[in-house]
Amino acid sequence: MKHKTFFWFVLPTSLAMLLFIALPIVSVVMQSVYAPHEQVVIEVDNCDIFGCTKSTMVDQEATGKLRDAEPLGRFVGTDIYVNRSHLAITEISLAWQNSAGMGEFLSEVMNLPFYRALAFTLTYTFVVTPLVLILGFMIAVAVNSIPSVLRGPTIFLSLLPMIITPLIGSLILFWMIDSRGIIGTLIQYLAGDPSLSMKASTPLTWVMLMVYGVWHSAPFAFVVYYAGLQSVPKDTLESAMIDGASRWQQIRYVIIPHLVPLTTFIALMQLMDNFRVFEPIVSFNASAHATSLSYFIYDDLGGETRLLSSAAATSVLTIVGVAVLLTPVLIRTWRDFGRSKT
Amino acid sequence: MKTLVKGTLVGAMMISGSSAVYAGCGISEGRVSIVGNEFPAIQTVAAAAASCAGDGVEVASNLTADHQKINVAGMQGNPAEYTSAIIANSSIVALMNEDVIRPLDDLIAEHGQDIPKNQLITVNGKVMAVAFMANAQHLAYRQDVLAELNIEPPTSYEDMLTAAEAVRAAGKSEYPLGGAYKAGWNLAQEFVNMYIGHGGEFYQPGSAVPSINNEQGVAALEMMKSLSAYMNPDYLTHDSNGTNAEMEAGNVIMMNMWGSRIGSLQDDEGAPPEIASNIVVGGPLMVGDSGSPATTLWWDGWTVAKNISDEDAVATFLAMKNGVSPSILNEETMGEAVWMIEGYEPAPVNQGVFASIAAGSTAYPMLPYHGLMHTALGNEIADFLTGKEDAAKTLSDAEAAYTTAATEKGFL
Amino acid sequence: MSTSVAERRSPLLKLFAWSFLLLWLVLAAFPFLWTFWGSFKVEGDFFSKADWMWAIIGHLTEAETGSTFTGAGYEGAWIQEEFWKSALNTLIVVVCVVTISLTIGTLAGYALSRSTFNYAFWLLIIALIFRAMPPITLVSGYLLPFYEWNLWGKLPTAIIVLVAINQPFTLWMLTSFFKNIPKDLDESAMVDGCTHFQAFRHVIIPVMWPGVITTGLFSLLLAYNDFAVTAMILSKENQTMVPKIASFLGTTQTKGNVMFAVASVVSVTAPLFVLVMFFQRQIVSGLTAGAVKG
Repeated sequence: MKHKTFFWFVLPTSLAMLLFIALPIVSVVMQSVYAPHEQVVIEVDNCDIFGCTKSTMVDQEATGKLRDAEPLGRFVGTDIYVNRSHLAITEISLAWQNSAGMGEFLSEVMNLPFYRALAFTLTYTFVVTPLVLILGFMIAVAVNSIPSVLRGPTIFLSLLPMIITPLIGSLILFWMIDSRGIIGTLIQYLAGDPSLSMKASTPLTWVMLMVYGVWHSAPFAFVVYYAGLQSVPKDTLESAMIDGASRWQQIRYVIIPHLVPLTTFIALMQLMDNFRVFEPIVSFNASAHATSLSYFIYDDLGGETRLLSSAAATSVLTIVGVAVLLTPVLIRTWRDFGRSKT
Repeated sequence: MKTLVKGTLVGAMMISGSSAVYAGCGISEGRVSIVGNEFPAIQTVAAAAASCAGDGVEVASNLTADHQKINVAGMQGNPAEYTSAIIANSSIVALMNEDVIRPLDDLIAEHGQDIPKNQLITVNGKVMAVAFMANAQHLAYRQDVLAELNIEPPTSYEDMLTAAEAVRAAGKSEYPLGGAYKAGWNLAQEFVNMYIGHGGEFYQPGSAVPSINNEQGVAALEMMKSLSAYMNPDYLTHDSNGTNAEMEAGNVIMMNMWGSRIGSLQDDEGAPPEIASNIVVGGPLMVGDSGSPATTLWWDGWTVAKNISDEDAVATFLAMKNGVSPSILNEETMGEAVWMIEGYEPAPVNQGVFASIAAGSTAYPMLPYHGLMHTALGNEIADFLTGKEDAAKTLSDAEAAYTTAATEKGFL
Repeated sequence: MSTSVAERRSPLLKLFAWSFLLLWLVLAAFPFLWTFWGSFKVEGDFFSKADWMWAIIGHLTEAETGSTFTGAGYEGAWIQEEFWKSALNTLIVVVCVVTISLTIGTLAGYALSRSTFNYAFWLLIIALIFRAMPPITLVSGYLLPFYEWNLWGKLPTAIIVLVAINQPFTLWMLTSFFKNIPKDLDESAMVDGCTHFQAFRHVIIPVMWPGVITTGLFSLLLAYNDFAVTAMILSKENQTMVPKIASFLGTTQTKGNVMFAVASVVSVTAPLFVLVMFFQRQIVSGLTAGAVKG
């Protein structure tokens, strides 16, 4: 394709992404290296309906002068990135020096909010992504083999985990898995332990979040695979059948190779989405047991005093994390791309 | 063409100008735009303010649960999108920190002499907000169960533990205590209550340096842990909704709850009548021997934006004044909140809040950096309650998290 | 063809496939059926902490309303809270987002799948990195300029933002699908004297529907279920469904109307059912047209 044609074809998309994603990313990076100015705090008397108290407030005049001098804020370089809430370089090196053994060092590191969140985020990503791929593929193959009259309703039912607004879906599930809810009771019955509660222990909360993650994302993989199955080259399949290939051999040697590009696509999207896991933690009130990088951003932006620079730094770290995570898949795509040229 | 448009505009302005003098609430012209939370009491206030709309006076409101995320951005522009924000004592500091609300003294002198003095919120001698409703956490309990077991309603957390043991021993409920202990904001709020009840100070005097890693802090955490032994094992996921559902299901016998949530416990929805009719309120709970109740007082009030024209400021002031005037109180709105408005008649359901005020409880700290402390506490305390860390370690973690945040924000 | 494959399968395999599918359908649909049933109960039953059986038999519903079924949630949401306004706004947003995303996305996706230059690959990679940005950070960055330029609160703003945020996903998905369409198709058209755009218009468009419809389905679901963007940049009168539903849930200090939320969610599932049926037929028609050959 000629350069000029290509340019006109991709122009609208690129413009939209440039304006609404690239520019904000630049401002986020800026925000992560500039912190708010030092605030001049003065002691004051506050009176409200309940009486008067000694308190403090920000001296706007003094602080305003600092703001006018440097409107961007105070340049802090990588300070925010390495502080205790993020990479915690100082704390880690201290822990390394003071710990008697590896176990103590690790428990010190896991006490730091960033690394604890990273541990859950990575576990979640690497458990949920493959399961979503496998489950989605199995459903797609199964749906593809049923009579076409039944396919419509089946697809609709399979899509339900994705269709129902997570906001309400997880609220209802949260109640269902309560120790007195219908699923919670079923699990207690199956486990033979009437006091079992999914929400009270850290490992069970992790399991619960991951099961929810698979359940919620499997329809996505299913639909993509299902659409892909519709374009499996028929003549290849037919000739395989004539050659006496079993059903399994057809899947292994014809269908799977055909679906590889789609698998790459699903894997990329899922790795990324799972690395940014956030909604289930909020809706399942699970932050006592599991946190993630995106949850941090939500926490920084949702408090009464918003930590914009901290949220910006975490966002940049998330992008870096995603980039690292995707590298193997991207190298693969690069090779495929090179091959497709010839 | 141009002159024609101009002429029509001037004409229109003259017409609206002449008639607008007589528009409602004494506003001649201006723009009023309110941002705030969306519960019924605030809906009532916004509706009453909107009744001031008329010729040349425009009143809009944007009431949403996400108001705290948008109000600063919406008031930073010039002119500001929002001319008034309805906030609470915890959230007004975010607006003051960014310097987006104006002192109201001149407006009060000119237009607001009739606002009762006790509604005015003064910071450093300047009126920054006008309060119109109050809230506090206090005891709510099942009178039938306690009466049957011959237990006096507890007045302190120590009594509550004894009572809880008795209720459990009698087989009335396995987990008789409740509380909004959901990790995050709610859990931190419970710690703030408990720490204040123990007489603790959050900061070194006159500075933003934290000082919670002390005896009172440990005592507060230990008390929370003792209480949690009588709560449903899922207590770290229970917010007010969850706790109230436990109460309505008859599992929880005693709990510390927001005054604003009691009405929905006592009504005929959500619980069988024999439970709902027996839920009553007590006063604030004490803890330790500081003499200060383990609860905080809250108010909601309105403010006026800084970056708006004087005209809009006057219009906003008058519209909001009308929004919280005694005329908004009627049979329906009376029960929506504990109104700090003349003519309000407290119902039995509100006794808890009034008892909290009468007992000399402290207002929730209105400090520029306390929001950071609250967030830090909410993230760290769960580790102690789940048994991952001891109290001192948890408190030092919370201090460290707060210090990091406060350093970033420029308070330290 | 599918029947001939099915015939070759052993009964055991068939049994396994059917029971697997059945199990999945139960897992996928049960929470929804439960919600559907429960939406006709009162909150105390559906969210009962006393006994989950109440959600089925409607113990409190009978005590409070005199019948074991109640339409109070639906009435409250649609009439009292005027949920239809939000539903209408959502319809506008979803239709616009899907149309715009697919239009600009197909053009770019097609170009990306046909270009052999390295910059095409890098454009895709950059789009992917863009997608890594957590949406909440993006949205909080929009607030100040949007207020400043008076763009905040309006439906077109939300539509453009949703289109832009979803664009990386749309691009990747469409590019993957276009790569499956053999190059000889449009190349032979161009040999016959078509321009690239004409080739796209006359040869590619007729065969691209399975991929486009599938991508459209996800754009639709994304726009339809979005909370992060719409909750923050739409004003009250332009509110879409999900923020409206969130507003039924209440806050720490105030009680909400959770059953309104449940009823709303259930009632907006019906139009989606129709859509999915339509979508499914389109995929199959793409297949039977026999245009896609490897």
